[in-house]
Amino acid sequence: MKNIDNKNIGIEEKLSTFNSQLSTDKELRELDAMCVNESRLEHKWYHNLKYLLIGILFGIVFVKSEVISWFRIQEMFHLQSFHMYGIIGSAVITGMVSIFLIKKFNLKTIYGEPIKITPKTFNKGQIYGGLIFGFGWAMTGACPGPLFAQIGTGATVVAVTLLSAIAGTWVYGLIRERLPH
Amino acid sequence: MIEFLKQPWPWYVAGPLIGLTVPLLLIIGNKSFGISSSLRHICASCIPANIPFFKYDWRKEVWNLFFVFGIFLGGAIAINLLSTPAPIEVNPNLAQELAGYGITNYDNLIPEDIINWQSLFTLKGFILMVIGGFLVGFGTRYAGGCTSGHAIMGLSNLQLPSLIATICFMIGGFIMANLILPIILSL
Repeated sequence: MKNIDNKNIGIEEKLSTFNSQLSTDKELRELDAMCVNESRLEHKWYHNLKYLLIGILFGIVFVKSEVISWFRIQEMFHLQSFHMYGIIGSAVITGMVSIFLIKKFNLKTIYGEPIKITPKTFNKGQIYGGLIFGFGWAMTGACPGPLFAQIGTGATVVAVTLLSAIAGTWVYGLIRERLPH
Repeated sequence: MIEFLKQPWPWYVAGPLIGLTVPLLLIIGNKSFGISSSLRHICASCIPANIPFFKYDWRKEVWNLFFVFGIFLGGAIAINLLSTPAPIEVNPNLAQELAGYGITNYDNLIPEDIINWQSLFTLKGFILMVIGGFLVGFGTRYAGGCTSGHAIMGLSNLQLPSLIATICFMIGGFIMANLILPIILSL
């Protein structure tokens, strides 16, 4: 009985440290996430139309470069084509140079806020989760972005894949505390 | 110009355009590029179920939902206004291998022979679409990002965890595509 009590106290302590670690909403939003809104500004909803527009352009690039093609993903994982490596590689180089310049010249946003990018810390999830996502990527031929674009191209059945991906994210949230990190 | 846009775009055009999304999102609103988080925001907004991981103010990240809805619209615009009816050209070795599994239709970006509403109710289709989708959603969140968040945004910002995650994405993909997928496609 005493053992059980001790165990319970242990769990409670862990929970309370977990909760205090996540004292702010932004910290919780940053948990297991790369893309975070760093801005502290509040805007009317229509300011978000900018992101809709960028999304549209992005979706067009996805389709026209065949990044969202199941066949292209198979080629990549069979080392039968340079196409996907060229796209990811040149995208990363463009991004690196851009972030280097943003940091070097201390660029601000169009609203005058300093640009902030939160650094990431390592946890084992990047290995286990990475492998799991890799499996799904080769099966569906799509990462999350292409799922949305594939549905747009008329492949309506991919909506099932998307719903399943949402379910996968939900189950992760449900069992997160019990997984190794 | 329109004729030029209708051709498939080479990697050296598409890659830099995708890469430019990183500074663009930072400059217009301090947003770090990433897509898989949209799945989490959908959970948080629609089915939070009192799970701590989904108890945050998703409205602060609503930009991400506008972004992915745009990707959906972009897909529709590109296929309807900017596409040619030419089939996808893939490496002949791959085409030969896939033909062995009955995949011969290259009219669409996805293989209609195996990914369609009828095959959803077969074992093969269920594994590819439902299990595959689940692994994408579970794995990306467990890893803390997907190809966009880790491989593009994270590597652009020289983050070691993102390099580790990207290497694991590729290892998982190679194992699945070369060792496990042939078994699934034979079902």
